[in-house]
Amino acid sequence: MGRYVLRRLLQMIPVFVGATLLIFLMVNVMGDPIAGLCGDRRCDPATAAQLRAEFGLDKPVWQQYLTYMGNVFTGDFGTAFNGQPVTELMGSAFPVTIRLTIVAILFEIVIGITLGVVTGLRRGRPVDTTVLLVTLVVISVPTFVTGLLLQLLLGVEWGWIKPSVSPEAGFGELIVPGLVLASVSLAYVTRLTRTSIAENKRSDYVRTAIAKGLPRHRVVTRHLLRNSLIPVVTFIGTDVGALMGGAIVTERIFNIHGVGYQLYQGILRQNTQTVVGFVTVLVLVFLVANLLVDLLYAVLDPRIRYA
Amino acid sequence: MPDEPYEPERAIAGTGMGGQMDLAASEAVTLEKMPRGPDGTERPAGRPRSLWSDAWHDLRRNPVFILSGLVILFLVVISLWPSLIASGNPLQCDLAKAQEGSQAGHPFGFNGQGCDVYTRTVYGARTSVAVGVCATLGVAVLGSVLGGLAGFFGGVWDALLSRVTDVFFAIPVVLGGLVLLSVVTSNSIWPVIGFMVLLGWPQISRIARGSVITAKQNDYVQAARALGASNSRMLLRHIAPNAVAPVIVVATIALGTYIALEATLSYLGVGLKPPSVSWGIDISAASPYIRNAPHALLWPSGALALTVLAFIMLGDAVRDALDPKLR
Repeated sequence: MGRYVLRRLLQMIPVFVGATLLIFLMVNVMGDPIAGLCGDRRCDPATAAQLRAEFGLDKPVWQQYLTYMGNVFTGDFGTAFNGQPVTELMGSAFPVTIRLTIVAILFEIVIGITLGVVTGLRRGRPVDTTVLLVTLVVISVPTFVTGLLLQLLLGVEWGWIKPSVSPEAGFGELIVPGLVLASVSLAYVTRLTRTSIAENKRSDYVRTAIAKGLPRHRVVTRHLLRNSLIPVVTFIGTDVGALMGGAIVTERIFNIHGVGYQLYQGILRQNTQTVVGFVTVLVLVFLVANLLVDLLYAVLDPRIRYA
Repeated sequence: MPDEPYEPERAIAGTGMGGQMDLAASEAVTLEKMPRGPDGTERPAGRPRSLWSDAWHDLRRNPVFILSGLVILFLVVISLWPSLIASGNPLQCDLAKAQEGSQAGHPFGFNGQGCDVYTRTVYGARTSVAVGVCATLGVAVLGSVLGGLAGFFGGVWDALLSRVTDVFFAIPVVLGGLVLLSVVTSNSIWPVIGFMVLLGWPQISRIARGSVITAKQNDYVQAARALGASNSRMLLRHIAPNAVAPVIVVATIALGTYIALEATLSYLGVGLKPPSVSWGIDISAASPYIRNAPHALLWPSGALALTVLAFIMLGDAVRDALDPKLR
């Protein structure tokens, strides 16, 4: 187990370096970071040159990258456009987005898996067809449309929720945005669970369990569900990173001041440090989530042993 | 499958998406012994049916395929000749009519700028279809060439490609789009397509690599190698036709998601920008007036959802037809 984790951690290094380098290069194409510092006017050449030297922007890109990564590993993510350290922005933004992601994942687990089990056990019945059709529609409607429609209906027409979330963004306010963020993945989780359950329902061990005279709920929860959830856990795990990165659209609709909002501001103001810093953390979250999913396999499926 | 009699066809198909290619080969060989199609109907004697004609046979009878196919056909026609059903000009707007509802000659009403929502929704199809088709073609070609070569030759290039795809998977797509496209000032669809190809190819290359590796191990490929066939002949004549089905399925479904992605990027203000006509732009422009003129938001949203739905359903139907395991 220990050796497996170590090997996986070592494998993460090239992916981490590659992804951050890629985003670093992309941001460098993004335009002149100095132009953003002088506001709407053009910088005068002497100031620009001085700023360039100060931030090390006159050096080649690979050298900038090394310096930046060196700083990151000592906990220095640079400063944002308003002079605030990027770490401070992260401190205020990440808790909000993490709360939003938790709400979304809970929706995926509770609603997605429940619907998947119900439809998988009743394959071909009206409830199955209905749910399948609904998931297809949910997958087809882009998140920003779902978000705007729910905001229109629940927030404006019926007044059940406030159309925009307060800066504190407590769990209560994040229920609807979390549902919007989860919507597409929720539909995928439902379909994945349904297929998996329907496939395993016919397997020998389930028949044995029924033949032994076990009560139905025990067969479903202990025997069927545990084996069917492996692909679902993989999906939800990899989705954690995707949700945090994809929250940018949801956060914009509901005016949530989370990671997506800060990133959007950073991109608009061409602030390299903010963008690269946040993306670096998001990439790390994605990689760690994937590692945890692989380790969870061993818990869910005792046949898998990591030497 | 415990309660079904043992059927060689199914047993072979049980190896997954790559496996059904063997099915096509085995069917051709064992036709005399098994004169039945997968659906159990008598098969006309004579030429063996290939996987593709089998799939086509299935698809023609699938209502989902027919329905989504008709929707897509309609979309393609109106994106080529939008004036067939919309006589107005999408860029001709009258501020005096801003946010007005449905009226004679203008069934969908007017948006915040007083443009006719119906005309703009019809003309918006062109952008979506063009972006979807071009991006999918680019991704499919680049992805299957890179993935196919890596799967076929293996070794260092394969390992390198796998690591590169890992890197691309670690970057959130919408985020990458925001960063890369925020500098683009050109207002054509090409930067958006280029970005989608750049970030989309790993998805296809992973599929193509897998199915080429499966097809490579087949006996007929080994036989071709033993007979002295060159690498290019083996790849093009023996492996590619038997490895292309999973790529087509994934690409069809991806087409729908690219259309949704274009709209999302346009909504965020980095995809296409006005005066281009795109559903994403219209939805974005309508969202501040959501209270007074919800119709300006609902019509383009509905068109967008219907388009994406049609492509995803088409992909689902094609997958069901090409993957006998699901029959």
